[in-house]
Amino acid sequence: MSEAQQPILSVRNVKVHFQVAHGDSAWPWAAKKTLKAVDGVSFDLYPGETLGVVGESGCGKSTLSRAILNLIPATDGEIVWMGKDLRKGDARDWHRVRRDIQMIFQDPLASLNPRMTVAQIIAEPLRTHRPELGDTEVMARVRKMMKRVGLTEQQINRYPHEFSGGQCQRIGIARALILEPKLIICDEPVSALDVSIQAQIINLLKELQREMGLSLIFIAHDLAVVKHISDRILVMYLGREMELAGKHALYDNPTHPYTQALLSAIPFPDPERERHKTIQLLAGDLPSPINPPSGCVFRTRCPQAQERCAKEPTKLHRVDDKTQCSCLLV
Amino acid sequence: MSILNVSNLGVQFRTNDGMVNAVNGLTFELNQGQTLGIVGESGSGKSQSVLAMMGLLAKNGTASGEALFHGQNLLTMSPRELNRIRGDRISMIFQDPMTSLNPYLTVERQMTEVLELHKGMSRRTAKKRAIELLDAVRIPEAARRVNMYPHEFSGGMRQRVMIAMALLCEPEVLVADEPTTALDVTVQAQILSLLKDLQRDFGTAIIMITHDLGVVAGLCDKVMVMYGGRVMEHADADHIFYRPTHPYTIGLLGALPHLEANDDELTSIPGNPPNLAHMPKGCPFAERCTHARAGCADTIPPLVAIDGGALRACHIPVAELTVDNKEAAHV
Repeated sequence: MSEAQQPILSVRNVKVHFQVAHGDSAWPWAAKKTLKAVDGVSFDLYPGETLGVVGESGCGKSTLSRAILNLIPATDGEIVWMGKDLRKGDARDWHRVRRDIQMIFQDPLASLNPRMTVAQIIAEPLRTHRPELGDTEVMARVRKMMKRVGLTEQQINRYPHEFSGGQCQRIGIARALILEPKLIICDEPVSALDVSIQAQIINLLKELQREMGLSLIFIAHDLAVVKHISDRILVMYLGREMELAGKHALYDNPTHPYTQALLSAIPFPDPERERHKTIQLLAGDLPSPINPPSGCVFRTRCPQAQERCAKEPTKLHRVDDKTQCSCLLV
Repeated sequence: MSILNVSNLGVQFRTNDGMVNAVNGLTFELNQGQTLGIVGESGSGKSQSVLAMMGLLAKNGTASGEALFHGQNLLTMSPRELNRIRGDRISMIFQDPMTSLNPYLTVERQMTEVLELHKGMSRRTAKKRAIELLDAVRIPEAARRVNMYPHEFSGGMRQRVMIAMALLCEPEVLVADEPTTALDVTVQAQILSLLKDLQRDFGTAIIMITHDLGVVAGLCDKVMVMYGGRVMEHADADHIFYRPTHPYTIGLLGALPHLEANDDELTSIPGNPPNLAHMPKGCPFAERCTHARAGCADTIPPLVAIDGGALRACHIPVAELTVDNKEAAHV
């Protein structure tokens, strides 16, 4: 993408905080604590671009994606869609935006209503957002979309339980694409699928993106999958950004110690290499997001941590024209 | 020396749709200190085959064939006899550490129970041993942690508790059913390096069930690739990864996104996995196989040895696959 292009989505310092009962105490009158699921994330997304978001469970990547669509309201920050701050808008504005931003969910079967037929499921967004369309037009569009995602017309009146996981995910993709959105947020769309089916779905998403000029936010914990589909990648840890970089820069030259550890932990399907590789094992477990470490949140597990890491707050800063990193030592 | 000899193992389930063959004619041998990887997609029968060996099939399931553990057939043993072996000489790690630990009992009670039962230890010595094992799997502050309940541990820690529990009696065979699937990559790396260390220290033979070919590559000596309840290919890990001879293995390797490749398109395997209740007459993979020809759908290919000691079940001669094979292997 060129520098001159305007981002279609700008996320500025978004925070999602939850009030939770304090973990150590079961008493209902115990003081509530704040769980910082997402704590100050910023990024830009350009038209036609794919941004990958990776991180381990509990790092806030799903919460972030839901905050963009207001499925979980953000506590603070700006979500600017095509020049307009959505957090300042009302319910009508959100309704309009959801025509342009659609979502694909992780569990393909659980995200489809078991009592609706495939036709009803795929047509529902049209009926909600384009009530002016007649029945024949809606069904024609549904049929066309089904064919496009690799479903046959004979399957139109079947129910979700009659399909395999991969086919259910195709239905989910058809439902997301029927409104011809500009951005699709994919929350772990392939992690519940088998390897051979996973490849089919990834290829389908890439094809559709090329054809329709879609932007994608692709959330996953499998780094190889993210690398394959993304242009740029955001690495998150404990609700914060660790590194945001072009995919080649990130994989060839990771700057943040967490990214380095994450990359070294990926098992390669290559026995010779696996037998001789040294893994940078992270000590300990993920700290609690209720009581995150001071300074850099990664410092408690970081092999390079120094004294200043505990004191100074971290912020994503430019390393070179491809990479932004939040590590104080880089 | 072979500890476990499985021959012609089959698993059948009675269902409302009739009899379903989940596993057919599984044959393998496991030696001391060896690691066997069983890879396959969901429904390929990889879990059911080990559950059958452990006598843990669901009520409507029956096992046929033979699974000899030091010459004794596990499949014909009474639950009493099995209980003397399970947890003591063969133990198992399950996929989901939360649902396989008892939420009502402290970790200490769950671990000491095993030792009191199998080794006749007193509660006090058993507890000492339990703490030693938790230390061995690198749980910090094991002496304090041992009194906690499973819900007080994180996912990775629970899986380490499961491993410690499985190793209490220093088993000869450890069966790990997708032990890292529910975990993050950094935790997975911790658990895998732990398994390798433990194998080196205790000389345990491991059966590793997984769908992740990366995990297999790092850990296993031998690999068995299953599809639709049958073994497609069974060979050394190097053979499977560098010189695969079965179209399914080739397809599986091609479908993996690689960190280093810049390829735009993944070579996917077309179609969907077969329904076990309506299995095709011939090769289970024929329907999705790009090399399939007349006859593939009619007769089941036998598992035969080829040069180099690998076993494969395919009608198409190796020579006719090798050209595509090289391309696919380097995607």
